[in-house]
Amino acid sequence: MKNAQDPAVAAGLANAETARTKKVRTKARQVDGMSRNQNILRYVVLFIGALVFLFPFYYMVIGSLQTTPDPTVAGAFPNPANITGQNYVDINSRINLLQGLVNSGIFAGGVILCTVVFGVLVGYALAQLEWRGRGVTFSLMLLVQVVPFQLLMIPLYVMIARDYGLADSYAGMILPFAINSTAVLVFRQYFLQVPKALFDAARIDGAGELKILWSIAIPLVRPALLTVVLLTFIGPWNEFLWPFLITKEASLQPLAVSLANYLTNIAATAANPFGAILAGACVLAAPMVILFIIFQRHFVASDISSGVKG
Amino acid sequence: MSTTVSSGSVTPSPAARPTQPGGGGPRRGRRRQLLGRNPLGLLLSAPYLIFVLLVFAYPLVFAFYMSFHDYFFAAPGAVVDRPFVGLANFQEVLSDPAVIRSFGNVGIFLLINVPLTVVLSLVLATALNKIVHARTFLRVAFYVPYVTASVAVVGVWIFLFSGNGLVNQILGPLAPDPAWLINEQWAMPTIAIFVTWKGMGFFILLYLAALQNVSDELYEAAATDGAGKIRMFFSITVPGVRPATVLVLLLATVTGANLFTEPYLLTGGGGPNGASSSPVLIMYQRGIEQGEPGIAAAIGVILVIGVLILAFIQRKLAGGDES
Repeated sequence: MKNAQDPAVAAGLANAETARTKKVRTKARQVDGMSRNQNILRYVVLFIGALVFLFPFYYMVIGSLQTTPDPTVAGAFPNPANITGQNYVDINSRINLLQGLVNSGIFAGGVILCTVVFGVLVGYALAQLEWRGRGVTFSLMLLVQVVPFQLLMIPLYVMIARDYGLADSYAGMILPFAINSTAVLVFRQYFLQVPKALFDAARIDGAGELKILWSIAIPLVRPALLTVVLLTFIGPWNEFLWPFLITKEASLQPLAVSLANYLTNIAATAANPFGAILAGACVLAAPMVILFIIFQRHFVASDISSGVKG
Repeated sequence: MSTTVSSGSVTPSPAARPTQPGGGGPRRGRRRQLLGRNPLGLLLSAPYLIFVLLVFAYPLVFAFYMSFHDYFFAAPGAVVDRPFVGLANFQEVLSDPAVIRSFGNVGIFLLINVPLTVVLSLVLATALNKIVHARTFLRVAFYVPYVTASVAVVGVWIFLFSGNGLVNQILGPLAPDPAWLINEQWAMPTIAIFVTWKGMGFFILLYLAALQNVSDELYEAAATDGAGKIRMFFSITVPGVRPATVLVLLLATVTGANLFTEPYLLTGGGGPNGASSSPVLIMYQRGIEQGEPGIAAAIGVILVIGVLILAFIQRKLAGGDES
């Protein structure tokens, strides 16, 4: 568990992997017949795996474009006679897709903003400063990651929706996710890699602690920013239970919530419910999938370290 | 956890550290003893600490409090009597067949999800680790379900596994009747397979990372001794990635305990007849829909104790002492 929590391991992974690839390459030159067969077997297994993982996504796109749902095997292939964009129009008339995307964006954006601003500060304090309570704070951070959020669902709902009156508000949505502890650990790890002597030198030169933080520490941590943003983004964008509890007003619901409500309540009344659901699903999945494909390099390191939250 | 933030117990003795570098008189020394060398650290961490107190510590205590009281929702600020009821909520929960069934369902879920996840992700990660071409494509392919919202992929699965869906069309006469998600025997296994499919990319990555720590020399030595590939897999790879396996077991347990979206959407609220309900789903139904938060909190407390016990057993069995 320590390994997975430790972003140092994760950060080192990228390098380890290139080294590994080189090693594999040299080995690959010495292959004899038997291990060539093994290699072919590996590719077969891996590509079957990839097919199983990707097929539902392909089917999602195909299904969202069908005029009438075709569940037969032939329906898995595009049929020019049965293609339409109407499903996207249909789902958009039932739930406002753009508004849903904007709400999801505000929810995720708020979480990212809080995580980056406050996460940098704690990360720096934990890595480079000595203060009473540092050990406790670090232990808390690890502990927080294994507390199942669902146990807290009922008390949080009572507190946030009833006591603080934050139901149907972005603040109520964001609050329980505001600072992502995994992201804080990533920041801490980056600051740990900076030699302490650099900060000590600045202190000897008479720079104040805040000046050091602003002019030395924060610029140094810039490479970690993209990783943290992507890592933090997955959670709120895909979260269903909490925004579902806290928002009853359709105009405030993130897309995941309004799509789920459509799925459970009103899908039966649509002309082509599957087509409409799948069209909505494509819209919800697309931003995350595209971002991930573009930035997949940054996901490798960060996601290992997100291990504990799962 | 031995250091505490409380400053009351600290007795400052001015003579204690006379040679500390940069010490600026007794006043500064005292402050340093109370707050540490860089008190700024506490200030910088304050927002996070407040967040943890507000969103984790307090609700956790509140959940335990609720589970021992006849708690009900009231208008904000209204003074209402919420009597202490001892273990009554727990008694009610534990004698409710629907709750018992939901815990049993988590058991079914774990029996399917854990072995599938461990075996398949280790096999795929080992294969992925040894190949040269198409690594990025394959890693992305495995990973895409993990980063996608459950709500989005649930739609496709309903379509795929419906009565005349593609899966049944391919299976033909072998298809279960009634269809997967409305079949009492198959509803929970289908959910378990869905969750396994969705989460596996993450575990493949976890194993891939663990495999980097298994030394090549071990394999070379084993090869010199004439060990076969399969023998090497079980004698070197499997023990080598044991810490990752412990983590997989733990995370699968937590996932099982947290199941909500899948039974809520895939099987229309834990149907048929509660065959796929989960404890969190019942917490939602009892706590929010029926307005009995005390009951819901009691389920939550049992759930967390159960998870902790399972996690402890798993760690013992898997033999990993990594904390």
